[in-house]
Amino acid sequence: MRVLAAALVLMLAALPLRAEEVLAGLSQKQLSLTVNFEGSEILVFGAVRREAPPDPDTDLHVIVTIEGPPAPAVIWRKARRLGIWMNVESMRIRAAPSFYAVASTGPLQDILSMDSDLTHRISTRLAIFEARADAGVANPGAFTEALIRIRADEDLYQSLEGSVSLDRDTLFSTTISLPKNLVEGLYVTRVFLVRDGRVIDAFETDIDVQKAVLERWLYNMAHNQPVLYGLLALGLALFFGWGASAAFRYLRG
Amino acid sequence: MQVYLPIAEISVNAFLLLSVGGGVGLLSGMFGVGGGFLITPLLFFIGVPPPVAVATGVNQVVASSISGVLTHLKRNTVDLRMGTVLLVGGVLGSGIGIWVFNLLSRMGQIDLAVQLSYVVFLGIIGALMLREGVGALRRAADPTAPRRKLHTHTWIHNLPFKMKFRTSGLYISVIPPILVGVAVGILAAVMGVGGGFIMVPAMIYLLGMPTKVVIGTSLYQIMFVAAFTTMMHAVTNYSVDVMLALFLIVGGVIGAQMGARMGLSLRPEVLRILLALLVLAVCGRIAFDLLWAPSELYSISVPGRF
Repeated sequence: MRVLAAALVLMLAALPLRAEEVLAGLSQKQLSLTVNFEGSEILVFGAVRREAPPDPDTDLHVIVTIEGPPAPAVIWRKARRLGIWMNVESMRIRAAPSFYAVASTGPLQDILSMDSDLTHRISTRLAIFEARADAGVANPGAFTEALIRIRADEDLYQSLEGSVSLDRDTLFSTTISLPKNLVEGLYVTRVFLVRDGRVIDAFETDIDVQKAVLERWLYNMAHNQPVLYGLLALGLALFFGWGASAAFRYLRG
Repeated sequence: MQVYLPIAEISVNAFLLLSVGGGVGLLSGMFGVGGGFLITPLLFFIGVPPPVAVATGVNQVVASSISGVLTHLKRNTVDLRMGTVLLVGGVLGSGIGIWVFNLLSRMGQIDLAVQLSYVVFLGIIGALMLREGVGALRRAADPTAPRRKLHTHTWIHNLPFKMKFRTSGLYISVIPPILVGVAVGILAAVMGVGGGFIMVPAMIYLLGMPTKVVIGTSLYQIMFVAAFTTMMHAVTNYSVDVMLALFLIVGGVIGAQMGARMGLSLRPEVLRILLALLVLAVCGRIAFDLLWAPSELYSISVPGRF
């Protein structure tokens, strides 16, 4: 922590001139989804660097987002047909983040203008690329809301308004907890400095989330060499199925 | 302790998996059934996506049948010729099943199709077993009650392409065994079961095979069809989870050994009624999920994930 703080001060000193600038660091840049991964807490911290005293008329706000690798998704709606609840309608989403957390110093709708939100895609709703053009459903909005609701229930989408603490308009920090059901890939972490609804500076870095060695090896093999993987599955089944009963026979004499 | 399943991409409690494998193994040892039809729905209940549950369930069938096949081969109670004819049908059926499975996956209806087939098959099998068990119990109490005829001559014996099956002492057309094989193959691919519960009665009542070769021959066919189906799921859907299979197999083998001993101390009619009730309970639980209004009407599927 102390080393990080010292590095931060050095980086601050080396920065070129701008009115207000943001610098940030993460407690962890790499995560491994091991066999017993139970989730992880990420501390995002940083400082605002400025040449002149801050503008006293407007408030300074900080927004932190972490976005997991986006992927297309299909959202299905169930309805009762012949007495059975089944999927009847679907909508494709061109890309939705697999994880999305927005932490801020205050309610997003108060501190961020619609324009800035649209430009930087900050709120959860805007982080999802819908494909409205080919939406064959009557009410596409309900489908997107369902996507956000379901993922929020799994802690995959988090709205953490007011969770960023900003000290003397200079030092900020927040903790975001990543759940255990993460997919692997680069988790883009962005920090926005906001004044008067406008983004005045931004900082971007990422967290590399990877499956652990064995899991990654099995997954890659299943997808890249499916025949070999199938043979491995069969070999293990035959070996353990036969081996265990042979062991029991031996134990019984 | 949690285990991360690399293909299902979920974390599950390791002891829960071991006890699912062990519990089903215990039952299969007690009742002498494969247990695939219990493992797959139990995996649904603990949150394993149906495609992974089906593909991994069928992999587990390979493990649970190998030692039986070896024992029966040693005792010469496998009709290899009949087994191979059934196997040809099984591979054909498995191919059809995989095709249907993938088609339904693309339509977003695979979960429903798998659950519906479980409700239908478990319902029928459970009801039949219960009736037979209660009947047997009654016969045991009252020896004068009428018995059912075991074997009759039907249209089956007039079909072309006859073949000699020496071990079974049969001279019948290959069409019925191939069709039985196809049916079992489809069930293996779509439901992740061995299909013994269909094949054994079909071999006895439809093909008229002697009881002493039925179990060995059906195990022989089931093992190879399950192996073929595992390969097909692995190659077309990438849905076999080796980590999950390992836990189920280890739990299953231990459970089966304990179950085999426990089964000896119970009367067979009572055992059959107990199994029938269990099958009906699982069927009821799946049916409940289909009939009861879900709390969340929407669901998300991510192409390439389960």
